[in-house]
Amino acid sequence: MIYLELLWSFFQIGLFSIGGGYAAMPLIQNQVVDIHPWLTMTQFADIMTIAEMTPGPIAINSATFVGIQVAGLPGAIVATAGCVFPSCVIVMSLAYIYYRFRGLNMVQGILSGLRPAVIAMIASAGISLLIMAVYGQRVLPEDLMSLDGIAVMIFLIGIIALRVWKPNPLWIMAGSAVLGVILYTLL
Amino acid sequence: MGSGQKYMELFLSTFRLSACTFGGGFVIIPLMRKRFVEELGWIEEDEMLDLTAIAQSSPGAIAVNASILVGYHVAGVPGAMITVLGTVLPPLMIISVISLFYQAFRDNAIVNMAMSGMLCGVAAVICDVVINMAKAVLKKKRILPVLVMIGSFVSVHFFSVNIIVIILVCGAIGAVDTWYRGKAAKEGDQP
Repeated sequence: MIYLELLWSFFQIGLFSIGGGYAAMPLIQNQVVDIHPWLTMTQFADIMTIAEMTPGPIAINSATFVGIQVAGLPGAIVATAGCVFPSCVIVMSLAYIYYRFRGLNMVQGILSGLRPAVIAMIASAGISLLIMAVYGQRVLPEDLMSLDGIAVMIFLIGIIALRVWKPNPLWIMAGSAVLGVILYTLL
Repeated sequence: MGSGQKYMELFLSTFRLSACTFGGGFVIIPLMRKRFVEELGWIEEDEMLDLTAIAQSSPGAIAVNASILVGYHVAGVPGAMITVLGTVLPPLMIISVISLFYQAFRDNAIVNMAMSGMLCGVAAVICDVVINMAKAVLKKKRILPVLVMIGSFVSVHFFSVNIIVIILVCGAIGAVDTWYRGKAAKEGDQP
């Protein structure tokens, strides 16, 4: 029964991928290329590229893609449902515990220790994205000056606009996409 | 706001945010903060950071986890179901359509230029939010949170320390600090 297999595979991916999208990649590959003959390695590389180019979590994007390839739209829905089900149960239990106990002094203390760490993690993700944007690769190159001038310009326009006018971030993202098409075509 | 309107607002907000989370799960956090903390006032600033910590340390996609938490907080279990639906639908629809012609999409020059531009915009949005949040930590004028922030950044960014380890260690630091300050305050009461 292909639907059950899809559900079970993506249930496992949803359950064991802790710490964001790139951590999920090897798990997805293991399930859809190695264990099941659902995608070839080339197709898997393609879907990872497309997952990065489209909105939404990598696990959900690949669940949809694999589901459609294997069993059409119902397959996509089943795979996606399997992927989010573990999160729903675990996260809602944690939310219940959080709202029940967050008034306690000790819980407050633990949370106040976590908050600066969360900011640091978001900062790290932001800097990795910035390096990706201006250098086109995940790690800093040896030649720090080999950066993409257009990308730097779009980033600076974005950050200045955000600091000065505080617009809705969605406008900055839409605007930078438009700027990207215009500037890369012209220059 | 009636409960019907609340559900509708939850669905529309998460749907719109999810349709725009390019570049990884963390991108949805600044967008959610803007919508639910600043614009709707449904969640407090510190609460959003707590929810982010829970979303980050639970299995699954951060965007999905954060949506579940926001929905649960605003409207209980039905709220969480609605926000999950709102978060999952945009990628489900977009990938379903793209899977029909994905090779053409992947190699399209205009799509690639727009994506490169968008990546810079996303980086700018995250940097802006980090500046605001770091400022709030500095304003409290306590040295320990600043040290925790710098220490976590160095361990995550330069040493790729596992995020679960960081969360456990920083939680323990917070607990010890609270216990120590509680003890100091008690001793201070006695003459």
